[in-house]
Amino acid sequence: MRKVAIVGVGMTKFGEHWERGFRDLVTEAGVKALEDAGMSGAEISAGYVGTMAAGSLIGQEHTGALIADYMGLNPIPITRVEGACASGSLALRQGLMAVASGMHDVVVVGGVEKMTDLDTAEVSEILGGAGDQEWELFLGATFPGLYAMMARRYMHDYKATEEMLASVAVKNHKHGSMNPLAQFQNEITIQDVLDSKMVADPLKILDCSPLTDGAAAVVLAPLDIAKKYTDTPIEIVASAQASDTIALHNRSSIAGVKAAQIAAQAAYKQAGVSPSQIRVAEVHDCFTIAELMAIEDLGFFSKGKGGEASLNGETQIGAKIPVNTSGGLKACGHPVGATGIKQAVEISWQLQGEAGKRQVSGADIGLSHNVGGSGATAVVHIYKRVN
Amino acid sequence: MKESIPLTWRKIPDRYRLLGSLCKNCNSHYFPARHVCPKCRRKGKIESYQFSGRGRVFSFTEIHAPPAGFEEQIPYVMAIVELAEGARCTGEIVDVLKKDMQIGDEVEMVFRKIQSNDPEGLIHYGFKFKKVKK
Ligand SMILES: [Zn+2]
Repeated sequence: MRKVAIVGVGMTKFGEHWERGFRDLVTEAGVKALEDAGMSGAEISAGYVGTMAAGSLIGQEHTGALIADYMGLNPIPITRVEGACASGSLALRQGLMAVASGMHDVVVVGGVEKMTDLDTAEVSEILGGAGDQEWELFLGATFPGLYAMMARRYMHDYKATEEMLASVAVKNHKHGSMNPLAQFQNEITIQDVLDSKMVADPLKILDCSPLTDGAAAVVLAPLDIAKKYTDTPIEIVASAQASDTIALHNRSSIAGVKAAQIAAQAAYKQAGVSPSQIRVAEVHDCFTIAELMAIEDLGFFSKGKGGEASLNGETQIGAKIPVNTSGGLKACGHPVGATGIKQAVEISWQLQGEAGKRQVSGADIGLSHNVGGSGATAVVHIYKRVN
Repeated sequence: MKESIPLTWRKIPDRYRLLGSLCKNCNSHYFPARHVCPKCRRKGKIESYQFSGRGRVFSFTEIHAPPAGFEEQIPYVMAIVELAEGARCTGEIVDVLKKDMQIGDEVEMVFRKIQSNDPEGLIHYGFKFKKVKK
């Protein structure tokens, strides 16, 4: 297998883009990534794109072909992949495997979701499809409701508090305030979160990531030719993916995400690094509870200690392990299929020293953690600056 | 979410009376029914199994932002119930609010209307749970 590097990255601003469509967003991100790699487009031999629900959200299937068309990349082979909220990372993994195997040399990988063309209730229902439609959602559960049950069990098992959950949103808004591409760039307080409208007890609206339009893209190339395209290639040193039951109720533990634990262990082994060597991480905080579970599942903190660590500020920029410097799903926004790619873009900027006000000093190894549904899919990637 | 007539019809045994599966090879119970035992795979011996409907609350939430068809019910309690036989399922706990609930509470199945706003006029019925009075 060949070593693979990210040689170009790009993303749109995340937010409510009422004036722009799916194809506009993904084209902007793709063109930015190609520009970043100094490419015309002729170098690209294949494409992969992650999008969860274009069929339901905008009535458009066959989005791979649409994107190749509008990016001017015909006739390259391009493939859409779907794994709910982890669709972006699945696409990245497909692109990585294509280059690593030697099947393709230079590939573009995108992630995109256009979520604000429908009203919130309709979109929520579509996102619910990431869980078990027949045996969870149909019976009255909601997607936030599933995470709320994880939160309740987590709080019960580890004596965690709603303030600990809220601290995740506060920190991610703080980081988001330093990211000009984030959907929310305002700071909030723990009290703001606790006072916000209840969605699914104990989760309030400020515990939840928003609905977002946006796209992100990266260009991958074999590491040995990466310097042709950039002075600062970022090697992907690990890619691991695991699955679990589609319904939350069938998991032995719901106070953690087993698929993420398995993917993380596999990724650390592939990369030959330990959790303590990770200098910056983008994790899947679709709800505040998800970040507490993530920082434990990834081995940054021991089981049940994530809440206290978060409340104590140990996941802020400048602290023990900066988590979600982009603002995470909570503040940067969560255009579902784009999230996994945005994580790779943010980690690349951090490792290149290009992250502006939110730069983590000395960041040389980074990690991204992307979860689909309530944990039925999990993907972990580890990235290294190439010196 | 709208459900078609064929889908509703084929879910009747499972939804109306908690009919699931038992693997005779490893004695694991499953709800809803499965055709492959994940533990035994091809060695499994799957049979139909009628759950007792008794169980305990494994976790719960109180829904305030409802899905379509549940607007008039909010707030309502949804739970993961660990059935007495070991399998778990998700369902509503009727006649209670969050303040009445604790993890570990004993519940039993009841038959109720799930939702009735289906555009084809279907009224969906199925299992919910209620707390067992001590
Ligand atoms: Zn079995």
